[in-house]
Amino acid sequence: MSEWPILSLVTFLPSIGALFVLLIRGDEAVVAQNARMVALWTTLFTFALSLLLWSGFDNSTAAFQFVEKHAWLGGNINYHIGIDGISMPFIILTTFLMPLCILASWEAITERVKEYMIAFLVLETLMIGVFGALDLVLFYLFFEGGLIPMFLIIGVWGGKRRVYASFKFFLYTFAGSVLMLLAIMAMYWDAQTTNITSLLAHRFGAGMQAWLWLAFFASFAVKVPMWPVHTWLPDAHVEAPTAGSVILAGVLLKMGGYGFLRFSLPMFPVASDNFTPLVFALSVVAIIYTSLVALAQKDMKKLIAYSSVAHMGFVTIGMFAMNVQGVQGSVIQMISHGLVSGALFLCVGVVYDRIHTREIDAYGGLVHRMPLYAFTFLLFTLGTIGLPATSGFVGEFLILVGAYQANSWVAFAATTGVVLGAAYSLWLYRRIVFGELVKDNLKDILDLNRREIAIFAPLVLAVLWIGIYPMPLLDATAASVENLITHYQASLASFGAGGPPLAHAAQ
Amino acid sequence: MTSTAFISSDLLILLPEIVLACGSLFLLLLGVFRQAGGARLVSQGSYFLIFVTALLVLLQPDVRSIAFSGSFIDDGFSRFAKILILLGSGVTLIMAQGYLHRENMDRFEFPVLVLLASLGMMLMVSAGDLISLYMGLELQSLSLYVLAAFKRDSQRATEAGLKYFVLGALASGMLLYGAALIYGFTGTVNFAKLAAFFSAGHGETGLGLIFGLVFLTAGLAFKISAVPFHMWTPDVYEGAPTPVTAFLASSPKIAAMALFIRVLSQPMLGMMEQWQQIIVFIAIASMVLGAFAAIGQHNIKRLMAYSSIGHMGFALVGLAAGTEEGVRAVLIYLALYLAMNFGVFGCILAMRDKNVMLEKIEDLGGLARTRPMMALALAILMFSLAGVPPLAGFFGKFYVFLAAIHSGLYGMAVIGVLASVVGAYYYLRIVKIMYFDEPAAVQTSPMSRSLGIIVSASSVFTLFFFLYPLPVMNITAKAASSLFQ
Repeated sequence: MSEWPILSLVTFLPSIGALFVLLIRGDEAVVAQNARMVALWTTLFTFALSLLLWSGFDNSTAAFQFVEKHAWLGGNINYHIGIDGISMPFIILTTFLMPLCILASWEAITERVKEYMIAFLVLETLMIGVFGALDLVLFYLFFEGGLIPMFLIIGVWGGKRRVYASFKFFLYTFAGSVLMLLAIMAMYWDAQTTNITSLLAHRFGAGMQAWLWLAFFASFAVKVPMWPVHTWLPDAHVEAPTAGSVILAGVLLKMGGYGFLRFSLPMFPVASDNFTPLVFALSVVAIIYTSLVALAQKDMKKLIAYSSVAHMGFVTIGMFAMNVQGVQGSVIQMISHGLVSGALFLCVGVVYDRIHTREIDAYGGLVHRMPLYAFTFLLFTLGTIGLPATSGFVGEFLILVGAYQANSWVAFAATTGVVLGAAYSLWLYRRIVFGELVKDNLKDILDLNRREIAIFAPLVLAVLWIGIYPMPLLDATAASVENLITHYQASLASFGAGGPPLAHAAQ
Repeated sequence: MTSTAFISSDLLILLPEIVLACGSLFLLLLGVFRQAGGARLVSQGSYFLIFVTALLVLLQPDVRSIAFSGSFIDDGFSRFAKILILLGSGVTLIMAQGYLHRENMDRFEFPVLVLLASLGMMLMVSAGDLISLYMGLELQSLSLYVLAAFKRDSQRATEAGLKYFVLGALASGMLLYGAALIYGFTGTVNFAKLAAFFSAGHGETGLGLIFGLVFLTAGLAFKISAVPFHMWTPDVYEGAPTPVTAFLASSPKIAAMALFIRVLSQPMLGMMEQWQQIIVFIAIASMVLGAFAAIGQHNIKRLMAYSSIGHMGFALVGLAAGTEEGVRAVLIYLALYLAMNFGVFGCILAMRDKNVMLEKIEDLGGLARTRPMMALALAILMFSLAGVPPLAGFFGKFYVFLAAIHSGLYGMAVIGVLASVVGAYYYLRIVKIMYFDEPAAVQTSPMSRSLGIIVSASSVFTLFFFLYPLPVMNITAKAASSLFQ
């Protein structure tokens, strides 16, 4: 490991870009244009650099790679980062979405462009850090730090009720996370370290596991979000600017799912096993209830936001099914949802930029004026339904296969969610794109311009690629997922057979 | 050993305090003799004096030395607190300059009073018995009473000063009464002897002794404005001239907290079972009240008063743990809180429209457009005070709760972190006003250069602390361990 610290570079490069943006001086138009350019090139370069992580990644091992470790706070709390098959795809997803977000904001954001770009670049560093952190305190630092830029993005550049939405977003997630912080501290005293690799091997007492699991659950359930703590999400999505929604749906929600996979399941297997019915129940309610709610929405963004909650319900089911198909499916579903729902928010953004409303009733018949847009929107609508050959299918199929092995009733209920998902998605599509073009203000609406095509083309390719040939992604995650499951079953068996050693239980 | 040698070695230990005492008296004389022209000279002399004193503190041998038969203790803990105190006083004097000049208050008494208060605080943190504790505390308090009423033709300031004096005197009385009770029931005022008394198996602590402890704690809780002894804080913070408020929020808090730590963790360690309940209660009460009461405030100084009540509550969480790591956590907390405080009060001092000081939170409206750098600095500080990582304030909270969890104080920790979520609301509200709202009717004038330097240093430190926290971690660890030797 004497090479370049690539992972640190990928993590902190965006922040360095942010510093450059901060230094830009001049009159407003020049500053705005330069800020956009610097942000775009920084994110593109970060993406290119993050591909090195993938190309240098060894699929055959579940161990952490690209590990870097430096003394940080003292007392066994270090700056310790590295990636495995579970975290690597999320880092690529993040770096992949960021340039698209910058491009999507190119014309939509005209006020305080410099600050906007700084907030996004800082946010990118924090998001990558979450997935790369191998120390719990470091993880928490990145996990919570992301709230600051997102709070500002929603609050400054958001819609009418932006203040309400930004406060709700911040306080909800903050309240969930502080309990996790206490759990992290308790783990530190139990294991004498916050090193994630050591903690993965540490056995917490069964009683303690339950409390720790609940504390982590408080944080991740809000982040995912799971019913009934999902109510911040529709507000945040509706009020956030388009790129903010993309990042929110694409990456921030995945932090919750990633947290379950990285911490809750492997570190607290007994508690996870005990609480699996709870997770299943909440997920099933989320899938069916929020799908029904989505059917009733009048605002496009709100509809997609509720569909996100439903889709993340699938993800949590897949994880807690705890078999190879379920867990791999949930990873792929998260990646796929990041791409598809991000793309759908971008689709909404395209027409919002032109007509300045998100009311579904204000549209109709767009296919006559915008054939390219109609095609793109259709592809992502089918992706969200989970049609074969799109990425959504691979994820949902694997999850349902996994869920069926764990609990057939849960699989049954989840499958009704697929049907409902088709209903609200296709209905949304019909109301916006099909029909006669009768509204006056839509008569001279323009189709996608070159910039927008440049945004959508990579997304279309990625969704189709994962849908048709998911093997690279499956191969990359396989070793880590299998390791997770064997480890999980082994610790369950050891607790089940001998019972927890008293010394541990007493703590 | 001859008695002269004995005394001179004692004096050597006390050298920083002696230099500060003589220096401030000299500056007082200088000010009196030079009359009107003296103010500038005295204030420059006071910077120099603080610098020299801090240097002398740093040059003290790195051992625990005891002077005057145990009345005065110089150890790593006290040196750490003294450096923070002197830093707080020095920065306050620099920040005050512009304000005093504009408000026609630049009289030579101001720096002299700050110096005398600092001297009192230095004696407090080095106190080795209950008498030197009381003397240091009174020197500090009396100077602060006068400072609070320094704007003598302002009704608000004089009211604040009087209120502070009356309530402070009551608290001092309680503290003295507690000290007397402790002396009565143990026969000693010396910390080392008290500690020996408790560890020598006088296990069943008499009721009188507990009364003494409670009174002593109440008096000290008043000085750090912990609930339920906080009532004076909002009024005094609001009424006192802003630089004095900045001073009240920095050095005296550190000195009183350091004194609190020393009293409870050295002589009273044997009574931990008793005092832990009290500290847990006042910590919880302070955190909760600080969080909820600040929500309704419109005056930023009043808001900062409630914020400081809350922050003292968080610091007490570390003390309640009653362990070495708890003490270290409090020291980390205080150091980081001091650094953030400079920046916040620097911004408050910079809130003025020409020559009119602005104090309403609404006056910050749209600051991000009119004064983007000041808004950025204040936003960083607000997020940090709320305890959001990766900013410095997070690490303070992290360590106090880490210590509390280790001591098994789970209930307090849960209430504490939830209070910090409530507290986040009002810090966010300030960010919201600066960033989300339209510019206010009044425009904040540009910051003076010295304020600009202090505010930017404070916010840069707060923002980038996480990159290299190790020095602060090591120094505080050393300071805390010196207390438990």
